[in-house]
Amino acid sequence: MKVLVAIKRVVDPYVKIRVKDDESGIETANVKMSMNPFCEIAVEEAVRLKEKGAVEEIVAVTIGSAQCQETLRTALALGADRAIHVETDATVESLGVAKVLKALVDEEQPGLVIMGKQSIDTDNNQTGQMLAAMMDCPQATFVSEVTIDGDSLTAVREIDGGLETLKMSLPAVITTDLRLNEPRFASLPNIMKAKRKPLDTKPIADLGVDVTPRHEILSVSKPAERSAGIKVESVDELLDKLRNEAKVIE
Amino acid sequence: MSTLVIAEHNNAELNAASYRAIAAGCAISDSVDVVVAGSGSQAVADTAASATGVNKVIHIDDAALAHQTAEAVADAVLSVAESYTHIVSAATTFGKNVSPRIAAKLDVMQISDITAVIDADTFERPIYAGNAIAKVKSNDAIKVITARSTAFDVMGESGSAEVTSADAPAYTAKSEFVGSELTESERPELTAASVVISGGRGMGNGENFVMLERIADKLGAAIGASRAAVDAGFVPNDYQVGQTGKIVAPELYIAVGISGAIQHLAGMKDSKVIVAINKDEEAPIFEVADYGLVADLFSVLPEIESKL
Repeated sequence: MKVLVAIKRVVDPYVKIRVKDDESGIETANVKMSMNPFCEIAVEEAVRLKEKGAVEEIVAVTIGSAQCQETLRTALALGADRAIHVETDATVESLGVAKVLKALVDEEQPGLVIMGKQSIDTDNNQTGQMLAAMMDCPQATFVSEVTIDGDSLTAVREIDGGLETLKMSLPAVITTDLRLNEPRFASLPNIMKAKRKPLDTKPIADLGVDVTPRHEILSVSKPAERSAGIKVESVDELLDKLRNEAKVIE
Repeated sequence: MSTLVIAEHNNAELNAASYRAIAAGCAISDSVDVVVAGSGSQAVADTAASATGVNKVIHIDDAALAHQTAEAVADAVLSVAESYTHIVSAATTFGKNVSPRIAAKLDVMQISDITAVIDADTFERPIYAGNAIAKVKSNDAIKVITARSTAFDVMGESGSAEVTSADAPAYTAKSEFVGSELTESERPELTAASVVISGGRGMGNGENFVMLERIADKLGAAIGASRAAVDAGFVPNDYQVGQTGKIVAPELYIAVGISGAIQHLAGMKDSKVIVAINKDEEAPIFEVADYGLVADLFSVLPEIESKL
């Protein structure tokens, strides 16, 4: 079986982001970029499924500018077999990303698509669900455990009240939650090897899908700052403040 | 202009988050209908009809909807969604699972996790784990929206809407529900509690959470945890407060042994009063706390319990 893993290049999770003064967006010039953490988990899961023999080929795909090829090389170093770079300098929204992925699914015919549950920049948490709807196939979102048995997949999902287990036929789309696995680090020999793995670039226009944005971002502003309060010296002082000043306990 | 709110429920009870989704719907338009898609879920439809602000409840009852799978619920909602300009659900794991599927079928770009309604087309939503707020205008004819529960106040139960029934669309099961393991607790639900007490890596192990439980029992509080405490295996994942866990905004949030990573702050910084207890006085959690106590939690927690 072939697996398609969709990944995204985002501002590194350990970078403290800065809102531009003119409120036009986030400062991304000269900011460290990395693979979205949930996408790393997606790549890792694909590699583990291949190591277990449930998967033969892993195709990593991303959409974006030329720099996104670095992120694809990371996926190749982690164990993906080949990569597809859908090139565009424009912002593509989740709906457009899902349409591009659907076009690639039609070409590649994977048995499974794995992606992160959300990217840590736009925090939308929707592309995987949208792709599943477009493929008219089952979805398992926020998964913490995946088992493949022939053409059926069992997934444990993290839901608000606990865990839920679903069984579905393939093809399917799954989105990863944090506890699915702990991604490995790419070894130096694998990073070298990744440079020779195939990486195809397709201009986005060649896929024939409409990715015109539907949203206008009117402004991006700083959230209301919360200022530090006071330090109390003892439990007695704390409880006194909570009872008589904040009035939040009795 | 009219809004359809997707009810979240377990076929017996309407989830508290649905009242907040209804409140978000009322902030968008004057006419708010609710769709209850379930199996043996008449009680839920009746409850939804009594929620303040609801005009009409559309009840779709079918065995295929028993386990609320995304595929079945999305199809059911779409079968009654034709005349609405806005389709709203709470940004819970249920809403996040179902709503984008509906958006894709309607060929619209969802507006996720809104925290404010500016007008019928324009909304505010947090991005970058709440470190920035985007004001977004949607140019789609139909707006599919998930609403962050903590941003919209429950409006009460003074409604008396009519309940109408609709047939479920023909459905071929795409996925099968195998089972669930839900956390049983007498305590209030984390996102609905007025007091939350959370433990971090500083708790040392899962057994020590008993100290938080004793205080929670006295305060009627829910128990939460940082991602570090969850990753260390102290408590289950559904305790997690933060960017990738639950977003809470109680009257009182008590952070114990939590350093205050950005991703945790994203989940609790809208709480009304924040208390931080940590032995490291440099911990970033103190930068957002109204009351900070620099102390060893193992001596302080029993003292708090005894003095409540």
